[in-house]
Amino acid sequence: MRTKTTRLWGALLLALALTLGVAACGSDDDGSATTESDGGGGAIVSNPDNGKVSLTIGSKNFPEQEILGEIYAQALTAAGYKVKSDLNLGSETVARKAVKTGEISGYPEYASTALTSFFGKEPEDVPADAQGAWEEAKTEFEKEGLTAFAPTPFASANAVGLTTATAEKYDLETVSDLEGVSEKLTLYGSPECPQRIDCKAGLEELYGLKFKDFKSVDIGLRYTVLENGQADLSILFTTDPQLSAEKDKFVILEDDKEVFPAGNVIFVTTQKVNEEAGPDYEETILQVQEGLTLEVMQELDARVELERQTPKEAAASYLKSAGYTG
Amino acid sequence: MIGALLTSPPLASIGGALEFIFTPQDSSVTGGKQVGGFDQVVELTLSQLELTLLALGLSLLVALPISLYLGHRGTGELFAVVLGNVGRAIPELALIAFMAAAIGVGVLNLTIALAVLGIPPILANTFVGIHQVDRATVDAARGMGMTEFEILRKVEIPLAIPTLFAGLRGATIAIVATATIAPLAGVESLGDFILGENVYGSNGVLAGAIVVALLALALEFAFAALQRLLTSPGLKLRSA
Repeated sequence: MRTKTTRLWGALLLALALTLGVAACGSDDDGSATTESDGGGGAIVSNPDNGKVSLTIGSKNFPEQEILGEIYAQALTAAGYKVKSDLNLGSETVARKAVKTGEISGYPEYASTALTSFFGKEPEDVPADAQGAWEEAKTEFEKEGLTAFAPTPFASANAVGLTTATAEKYDLETVSDLEGVSEKLTLYGSPECPQRIDCKAGLEELYGLKFKDFKSVDIGLRYTVLENGQADLSILFTTDPQLSAEKDKFVILEDDKEVFPAGNVIFVTTQKVNEEAGPDYEETILQVQEGLTLEVMQELDARVELERQTPKEAAASYLKSAGYTG
Repeated sequence: MIGALLTSPPLASIGGALEFIFTPQDSSVTGGKQVGGFDQVVELTLSQLELTLLALGLSLLVALPISLYLGHRGTGELFAVVLGNVGRAIPELALIAFMAAAIGVGVLNLTIALAVLGIPPILANTFVGIHQVDRATVDAARGMGMTEFEILRKVEIPLAIPTLFAGLRGATIAIVATATIAPLAGVESLGDFILGENVYGSNGVLAGAIVVALLALALEFAFAALQRLLTSPGLKLRSA
């Protein structure tokens, strides 16, 4: 009895240790892993004047957003600002509220999301070019005391994804090809997908498709459900690393009616913070996002989602290899 | 996030949430379709209730036989207590994601995941309730010629009803509250409102929380009534 009890307690302690270990891995903290730059080439120059300014960089609650938040936070640290990060805030509604109340200084948002979610624009009316979408969003943001910096090179959008096997079986290339086939297929998406015009609602109303069944899942499971055959179709993101890393396994259908507007990232901040922080604020952000092409963003997403790096590590290595930090 | 909560007047928010429960509202991302309203609230509440009862049923099916047996025999106290405590530490979301690969998302996955939450309190409380019945009473019953099963059914269970129900009610609250994460694994529930702030707005989030709380209270009252009904008159007299 005694030895049994001892062993049981041992097992319990081990379980506890594992839980704590996992918890420690999952925590994210301030972005402070940058060194002083030496001012060469495209490197960020630290300006001592900025030391008086405290900034808090936020992000929404998925890996790509956290990576972007870290990139901006670390770059601004390198520029001499006092930077805290408050990543993983939740949905865009929460993030926008946090900027408005001054809880965070700014966060990365997709221009298309801003236009459709915040400013009531229909997806088909969202300008296809990044510049146009940014200018429109900026005008709207300025009406509420906010502003937005110029867009990143990469754009991210929802996409209907499936396995290459399913695509070949039904000969699918575009979303319109689903006509007449979709009744046999099960669609998976986030819990809010059925109501969103840039998700199931748009596929039904604007493409006129009907699905055999819809199941809501956590977006973290969007590939899992395709992989184990539960989902025939799953809503993916165009920046998903799996789309380049596992090209022969997963494909996305071309959105031929442009129901899923592409969104380049614009950094949303308040006009007040922008004034107080000085010119280096906008300049640093625009400078470090220049290297963020679709390939680079997929690669960074891959490091975090597939290779289990932390967003902080991925951001630091991006800044270093692109020569922004020493 | 806390700042955002503090700056919005709470009373106005509750008013908005109540309106959301009864009347459909406009949403910025639906392309003109209205969301919320009484019909959707009722539909999602029923779905949440169904999932809760399924999970509770499975919890009882698993936990009751084991704990009744162990409690009656008076052995396995460590097992019951340790399982009771460890069970509370299992992260539900991780469990659901883990089982998604094995059995897929859907009602089965969630019923099992939520039952994992319900089993520990039922197990621990039932064990303790049966075990603490006065041994002299049990001996007397045995002396009267009752079989072991009769002792359990006629003596121990009736005497353990209050403790037994404490476990059952604890399990119910845990399950009904956690069933809000069901939409993350393919089943509709009131969590739709809470997880879909982009669609339902902050009114929807609050409305979802309010209805879940009401549902939990309703179940609590229902089980309290059932407990009164099942408690033997003799026990009621003693506690009065």
